[in-house]
Amino acid sequence: MADPKSLYQEVILDHNRKPRNYGALAPASHKAEGHNPLCGDHLSVALNLEGERIAAIAFQGESCAICKASASMMTASVKGNTRQDAETLIQEFRDMATGQIDVDKQPHHLGRLTVFAGVRDLPTRVKCAILPWHTLHAALHSVADTSTESENDPMHAPIGDA
Amino acid sequence: MTAIQTALKSRPGSAFDVERIRADFPILKLRPGGKPLVYLDNAASSQMPQQVIDRLVRYQTAQHANIHRAVHTLSEIATAEYEEARRKLARFINAREEREVIFTSGTTEAINLAMHAYGRKFIGAGDEIILTTLEHHSNIVPWQMLAEEKGARIRVAPINDAGELLIDEYEKLFNERTRLVGVAHVSNALGTVNPVKQIIAFARARGVPVLVDGAQAVPHMKVDVQDLDCDFYAFSGHKLCGPTGIGILYGKAALLERMQPFKGGGDMILSVTFEKTTYNVIPQKFEAGTPPIAAAIGLGAAIDYLSAIGMDAIAAHELDLLDYATEQLKRMPGVRIIGTAGEKAAVLSFALDGVHPHDVGTLLNQDGVAVRTGHHCAQPVMQRFKVPATSRASFAFYNTMAEVDALVAGIRNVQKVFS
Repeated sequence: MADPKSLYQEVILDHNRKPRNYGALAPASHKAEGHNPLCGDHLSVALNLEGERIAAIAFQGESCAICKASASMMTASVKGNTRQDAETLIQEFRDMATGQIDVDKQPHHLGRLTVFAGVRDLPTRVKCAILPWHTLHAALHSVADTSTESENDPMHAPIGDA
Repeated sequence: MTAIQTALKSRPGSAFDVERIRADFPILKLRPGGKPLVYLDNAASSQMPQQVIDRLVRYQTAQHANIHRAVHTLSEIATAEYEEARRKLARFINAREEREVIFTSGTTEAINLAMHAYGRKFIGAGDEIILTTLEHHSNIVPWQMLAEEKGARIRVAPINDAGELLIDEYEKLFNERTRLVGVAHVSNALGTVNPVKQIIAFARARGVPVLVDGAQAVPHMKVDVQDLDCDFYAFSGHKLCGPTGIGILYGKAALLERMQPFKGGGDMILSVTFEKTTYNVIPQKFEAGTPPIAAAIGLGAAIDYLSAIGMDAIAAHELDLLDYATEQLKRMPGVRIIGTAGEKAAVLSFALDGVHPHDVGTLLNQDGVAVRTGHHCAQPVMQRFKVPATSRASFAFYNTMAEVDALVAGIRNVQKVFS
């Protein structure tokens, strides 16, 4: 098992303390609520699509540090990029968190998001890291609610089935 | 050494040898991640001593067959051992008769049994069931299912900021429509010991039966169902140093006899034709199919083990641990203890300022300290205290003061990481 210390790195702690793009976004062209009933994590993601570009994005909610930092870094990563870029990151983040790709050996576009690679060794925390991405996916597809316990559970099913 | 530890060490007449007890538990020798295991999740499930493991091995090696069926020797042995386990359980909780002890798969099934076999027969439209804010989901959801099916109503007794039932408010919930009371003996989320004797007296005066969820009480204190005068008492084996998959529903014989069967199948019948089936007597009426024979016998061995130590000695040691841990955490800035009832069992729920319980749990785990984090299947309690979740350290008789120190050091580390 990897040292969980590697998960609580300064960059994650910093994003937890000072989350980027935190708050409400109104009006928003797309939004979704995400919750993990097992731990009570709950967050909302709202964004504005201009054509295919994510012009603005914000999140808010109650969650653990892993979830909040993941949401913060996610918004920073997708803001200003295209919907297609976001979909690619959603897929790659999920694959990293569930151990389906090795970010040290396989090509990816995750950049600094690889600080979350350690969650793959903490099965109970994988959902914390993935929840914001799940919710972003739901928002992009205008699904009103998403849950880590739904059929598109990141532990069991592809995230693209919403 | 702190003053408390010194006082404990020098307590006269204390024959409790925790190191000798720990030697009985092979799992406590584990070193996850190279650190000694500090197992403080006993309210979720306790660990098993070698004596119980050995009993399970002996059963599977030399005594296993199905029970209550064949005339061959192994079946006779298995039946005798299974019924001996029932006798041990009956003695342990001081049931009047062995047939008042029904084996179930656990507390959840025990409560569901009472709901189906008693509730569905005797509770109807407009009737009321009194529960408390402190209940585990397993003593809420079955009654909600019944209420939905029958058009009955659930009434919920409130608690104060310490996590204690408001007993005056409680009594006001009774009326002529009250048909059942369900109450936790000990809150799994907060450790509050509820005044069940007083509640049972209220109910008794009004002819209302009481189901006590004893899952968190039986492992920590002497329970006497006759002294309590409860109608039902439910608990689990795996919190009692026994195996998973076994639990008990105690019920007064007269009540059990009036109830309808819960599950249909073999062993719960006297005769079957396609025209008419005659049900067996209690307790077999409620034990359809092949029961968890090995688990029942293992639980019997666990009862022997606990009885040899003595429930009073266990309770005293655990309260020492709780007092010491409570004193330590109270003095730590940024730590809030959730659940400060005057009477508590060895459960310590807490919240750290600015740190989510799941982060607390992951970081404590890194130090070898196993605690539970989450809503503890008691979401109404979390809502009452306006927290999404808590971290919970729950102690057993094999825990030590040094393990409390490890918990405290672990919490300090979490605070440092998040400072």
